[in-house]
Amino acid sequence: MSFSLLIAQLINGLQTGSVYALVALGYSMVYGIIKLLNFAHGDIIMVGAYMTYYAIASFALPPAVAVVLDIAASTLLGVFVEKVAYTPLRSAPRLSLLITAIGVSFLLENGAQLVFGAGQKSMDPMITGSFMMGRVNVSYTAIVTIVVSVARMVLLTFVVNKTKAGKAMRAVSEDMGAAQLMGISLNRTISMTFAIGSALAGVGSVLYMCAYTQASPTMGSMLGIKAFVAAVLGGIGSIPGAMIGGFTIGILEALVAAVGLSMWKDAAVFLVLIVVLLFKPTGFMGKKLQEKV
Amino acid sequence: MDKLSKGFRLKTPVRYIINTAVTVLIWALLTAFISGSGIKGEYYRGILITVGINIILATSLNVVCGYLGQLPLGHAGFMAVGAYAGAIFMKSTPAATLLRAGNHAAVIPYVIIAVIISALVAGVFGLLIGIPALRLKGDYLAIITLGFGEIIRVVITNIDSVLGFKFTYGASGLARIPKFTSLNVIFVFTAICLFLIHVFMKSRHGRAVLSIRDNEIAAESVGINTTFYKTTAFVFSAMLAGVAGCLYAGYIGSLYPSNFKFMKSIEILVMVVLGGMGSMLGSVISAVVLTILPEMLRSFSDYRMVVYSLALVLMMIFRPKGLMGTYDFSLGSSIESAVAWMRGLFRRKGGGSPAGPADDGKEAGR
Repeated sequence: MSFSLLIAQLINGLQTGSVYALVALGYSMVYGIIKLLNFAHGDIIMVGAYMTYYAIASFALPPAVAVVLDIAASTLLGVFVEKVAYTPLRSAPRLSLLITAIGVSFLLENGAQLVFGAGQKSMDPMITGSFMMGRVNVSYTAIVTIVVSVARMVLLTFVVNKTKAGKAMRAVSEDMGAAQLMGISLNRTISMTFAIGSALAGVGSVLYMCAYTQASPTMGSMLGIKAFVAAVLGGIGSIPGAMIGGFTIGILEALVAAVGLSMWKDAAVFLVLIVVLLFKPTGFMGKKLQEKV
Repeated sequence: MDKLSKGFRLKTPVRYIINTAVTVLIWALLTAFISGSGIKGEYYRGILITVGINIILATSLNVVCGYLGQLPLGHAGFMAVGAYAGAIFMKSTPAATLLRAGNHAAVIPYVIIAVIISALVAGVFGLLIGIPALRLKGDYLAIITLGFGEIIRVVITNIDSVLGFKFTYGASGLARIPKFTSLNVIFVFTAICLFLIHVFMKSRHGRAVLSIRDNEIAAESVGINTTFYKTTAFVFSAMLAGVAGCLYAGYIGSLYPSNFKFMKSIEILVMVVLGGMGSMLGSVISAVVLTILPEMLRSFSDYRMVVYSLALVLMMIFRPKGLMGTYDFSLGSSIESAVAWMRGLFRRKGGGSPAGPADDGKEAGR
């Protein structure tokens, strides 16, 4: 592999990784706060992607409007799912919650198949053109994707660490009961987390459409699972961790594809996950948890 | 509970005789039904075979999901391993020629060997996956088994290019597998699998598995080797899934890696959850219903998966225990309670000591 090809693949990987990272942030936040592996998260991206497609390809709306619509739809859907499916189960065993999440994910997937049709929907790329960086051809899409996702991460870190809402989120994830005693509204904080996570998914779906320009009902499941892998790799509940995990997965995939093993891409991702879980279950940046009896 | 309902107890051999008799009766009824329904018999036979396969899959997942209390999402992977192992073995035997000649009896030894091979291979995979995976819990276990399941599928799809010869035939599919899964074969193996699960769960090993579900730390502190029992239950479940896979291969005749996607694992999980995690009867009922219902609602088939997933969500919100909860039906216990109830009835007429309704059989059994 020549050096310029390697750089090109790295940039590809960073681009895919940014999408994973954005989705992983949503996973990570929700997991951090109610310990739920929100399987439906990937499918919210799918709905967002369809939104983008219809807004731009069918109704010819300007991209800025499409992005706003997409983010609004994803956020509403995320909060709606939380209110309808997860809130009634807040005191139920974790297993029930997880199964509900799987059910919601399947419902969205199959519902989308009915509403949008089973086939793929393709649209023209939103951002075109590229420039030469040395001898490497870099598309503007890649640059936009990477910059947007890094910006979102910085913003999110600021929100979680500096604002009152962020403080409430951290308190709830630390100890739900104690947070409630301190006057934090549990419902509002959890909904807020879902809203932010789903909004990030919305941004992720726009970036996904920029990169791949096609939406299909099942695109969310593998994307969601890989994003979760990214979140686990980085250490669940940690914002920079999700970012690092996302980039790791993206670059890994790009490199595996570059050496001609693109069919083994998924297996490689899961293999890395398994190895990390076995040797460092808390991920790269995760906190160690003590089991209480 | 008063003494009367405790008074009547069936002996274990009697229970087994009754259960065997009922099993044979069900078999006779099904056979009569198939041969009696003429032209449609072939269609019904196919559905019944699928029902049998799904029963094995659901009850085997129930061992880990309901009895052990873990949530693995890679069951389709074990099914795939079993299916390919059994299919590759059957293709290497003269079974196809024998079946074409109509000599079904001569195929039986090959079928038995194929099922055993499938169970063993799936069991080995279960052991290899279970030992590392079961160190994790809850969501992490779910995601790691999902990962292993996907790896199995990717490997089956791409192994040929590594080996350099045709082994699984990759994405183009393993075709022309001898179709050895007849109704009798499926019935016998379903009965054997259910029996094995029953016996396993009634043994002290099964009790140990249940205690891990109820409280792992407490189980460990009374000296139960939790790692050993978790792995045992996991391997056992994987082996049965392998058996189901083998029978599936023998029914469908050709295998594609895409048959064993993550979706398949979820379908099996839906059966277990709807039936009630920890109830074998529940798994059996929901496997039967969820196989037959879509067939009856053919025109409705676009909505099948939507209804499935909606049912799953609603079930979790309104009845998280599933249809049957952890209740398990036991014919022996039911007879006992019926007898006790009748005795109570006569006593009351004669002199009147009240007899409450007897305990509903809480034991695992068919």
